[in-house]
Amino acid sequence: MFKGYKDLPCVPMTWDTTLVNMTGGWRTYKPILDEEKCNKCYICWKFCPEAAIDVDDELKEVPKIDYDHCKGCAICANECPKEAIEMVEESIED
Amino acid sequence: MVKKVITGNYASSYGAKLARAQVIAAYPITPQTSVVEKIAEFVASGEMEAQYIKVESEHSAMAACITASQTGARTFTATSAHGLTLMHEMLIWASGARTPVLMTNVNRAMAPPWSVWADHLDSVAQRDTGWIQYYCESNQEVLDTIITAYKVGESRDVLLPSFLTLDAFYLSHTYETVDIPDQDEVDKFLPSFDPPYKFDVEDPHLFGSLSFPHQFYMEWRYQISLSMEKAREKILETEAEFKKIFGRSHGGLLDTYRCDDAEVVLIAAGTMASTIREVVDWYRDKGVKVGLARLRVFRPFPVKEVRELAESVDVIGVLDRSYSFGYGGAFFAETAGALYNVPDKPLIKNYVVGIGGRDVTPDTVSGILNNAISLKDKGELDQEIEWIELKEGGD
Amino acid sequence: MAKLTIPEEELMIPGHMGCLGCGGALAMRYVLKGLGKRTIVSVPACCWAILSGIFPNTCLRVPMVNTAFEVTGASISGIRAALDALEIEDVNVLGWAGDGGTLDIGIQALSGAVERGHDFIYVCYDNEAYMNTGIQRSSGTPEGAWTTTTPVGDTQAWKKGPKKNMVEIMVAHKIPYTATASVGYPEDLIKKVTKAKGIKGPKYIHVFAPCPTGWRMPPGKSVEVAKLAVQTCAFPLYEVENGVYNISKKPKKKPITEYLKIQGRFKHMPSDMVEKFQKDIDKEWELLLKKEEFTKSL
Repeated sequence: MFKGYKDLPCVPMTWDTTLVNMTGGWRTYKPILDEEKCNKCYICWKFCPEAAIDVDDELKEVPKIDYDHCKGCAICANECPKEAIEMVEESIED
Repeated sequence: MVKKVITGNYASSYGAKLARAQVIAAYPITPQTSVVEKIAEFVASGEMEAQYIKVESEHSAMAACITASQTGARTFTATSAHGLTLMHEMLIWASGARTPVLMTNVNRAMAPPWSVWADHLDSVAQRDTGWIQYYCESNQEVLDTIITAYKVGESRDVLLPSFLTLDAFYLSHTYETVDIPDQDEVDKFLPSFDPPYKFDVEDPHLFGSLSFPHQFYMEWRYQISLSMEKAREKILETEAEFKKIFGRSHGGLLDTYRCDDAEVVLIAAGTMASTIREVVDWYRDKGVKVGLARLRVFRPFPVKEVRELAESVDVIGVLDRSYSFGYGGAFFAETAGALYNVPDKPLIKNYVVGIGGRDVTPDTVSGILNNAISLKDKGELDQEIEWIELKEGGD
Repeated sequence: MAKLTIPEEELMIPGHMGCLGCGGALAMRYVLKGLGKRTIVSVPACCWAILSGIFPNTCLRVPMVNTAFEVTGASISGIRAALDALEIEDVNVLGWAGDGGTLDIGIQALSGAVERGHDFIYVCYDNEAYMNTGIQRSSGTPEGAWTTTTPVGDTQAWKKGPKKNMVEIMVAHKIPYTATASVGYPEDLIKKVTKAKGIKGPKYIHVFAPCPTGWRMPPGKSVEVAKLAVQTCAFPLYEVENGVYNISKKPKKKPITEYLKIQGRFKHMPSDMVEKFQKDIDKEWELLLKKEEFTKSL
């Protein structure tokens, strides 16, 4: 983005978002949603500290986990009233 | 234009008003207080349209000025001694954030013991904070410097904070006749503050952020250094422009007096320059070739001007109203540093004077000049650093 | 049809640098849902100074400024004054600091700012220790807790003395609105933020924000422990509006052991210490109920 003092704006400030950070790479355990068990209450979405669970505008679909950014904290699994999210250890092949 | 007989502190307040400072954040401290009292009166009477934050400390004053500046407002504060040194962290923040905050500092000694009198340690100790530093000699210069310093600091090439200093009581509380320029003329000279980046909810950025060593921290510091270099020309250019409109100027970075054929020159800052000017005239009347170079701007340091001066001079005596314990006053060290790589340097001696507000009288200056002239005759220093008019005591 | 119980718009976006299960990240996500995009946030040295991203990236869709550790109160005073000077309206000014930056090093600037009456919202996200520097005790650390500077050891050198009650300090400044909230109850939290947004003057919200890293618990437990703090009355949810106390949740009080046992920072506590913990909570809760009753008629 910037190469050095000649092209760098003089005020230290940001120019892009953190979406470029693939924090999914931090993950040891991956949340897997059992779509059959999910009742679409979206509590998992509500409590995600990464804002890495997406809901559709019509609220018709099951929530979608953004694995590029999910760090695998397991709050969603812990809070899910239907126990529809299982934390599965990441394997090297993944 | 009207003429008013006012103190240096009030000249500061009038300067801030004429410059249309929009946010003032200030805290009382002797001998600065009347600067912010007068501004409070201006705001209370409606003469000045500004938001005045009566902060709970100088540290907060500077913090509030910085974010106000980042929001897009022209900011002003005033302080002295302990207030200035309390701000130290935020002074470095202000230059790092590239906020052209402007401040009046009344030069006062640091405790203990308590002393409210003139001494330059407070501001000299801020040398490395990235602030442009002006040292004023008269109340007129105080007012004019506020107006020109905003223009310099806010220019896109510079974008750095500045402070001007005035000696405690010698200027802060001494009444002098000051030309108060017309608001229209000042408005024409000084456009409103227009920073390249500011907080904007329609275009959000994070100001500050974290930079790793392999990223750009070093480059941002280098940019500040480049801007300080640019400030040299900008100060001269702005002063010339000011002179065209208002008919006066204050000597650029190094304000020289009768230096042209001088063999011995004293370098000094602040009000003692007026005393030296007087004594120089006496010596000149007797045919002794002495001169004065008033250090008006300490940051950026007038390296070029000092080198030019040194070309034709045999002895430079640097008067410091502060001391860096361990080795010399800062003005001396900087002058000597500026001349080290120059061939055929003059002798340079440090005279430590007026610490804690001790009067620098014409006799004091004569003593210093006589000593400096004797060095010229001998062709060598008697001592490198000398504390002047020190009470010796003991046996 | 399913319904979301909190606003859908996200002003905090993924990819931030927060630890797994960060309560502080949840707190910001919720507070910005309450305030909306016309908000400027000032953040001193704290987890959020790093969490927000590394140059050139930010995880916020609102302007944010980093400032020095002790000056959040002054920095938001400056922003509001400048907005007023420039006649920019309808912008929320948010001060956002941790317990160290609020209860300890920033208390002077905050006290000054609220006393002067500027229009802002100040949120303390309380994770009960200096977490960004690696879990050192602050005056917000509860009595008995382990931190790296209260390392327990043979001399039982856990955190001594009660947690500073910052909410009462703010109430003593007679500001129009003070509240506590918890990331375990986002609906309540956002309701309070929305209410604060509609009030002119200084508003203070103290948000309980668990730190799994520092509290020595699995990150998945953050929300659960935030709820337990409320359910055990260790961290009661209430508002103080112009001196009138209003308790937001009156739980059937669970024993404190429910809250303590899932956190490694309390695992060393001898039973008499646990009993004292319970007694202190009971006393505080009783006092809060009385304050509510006593101030009803104001």
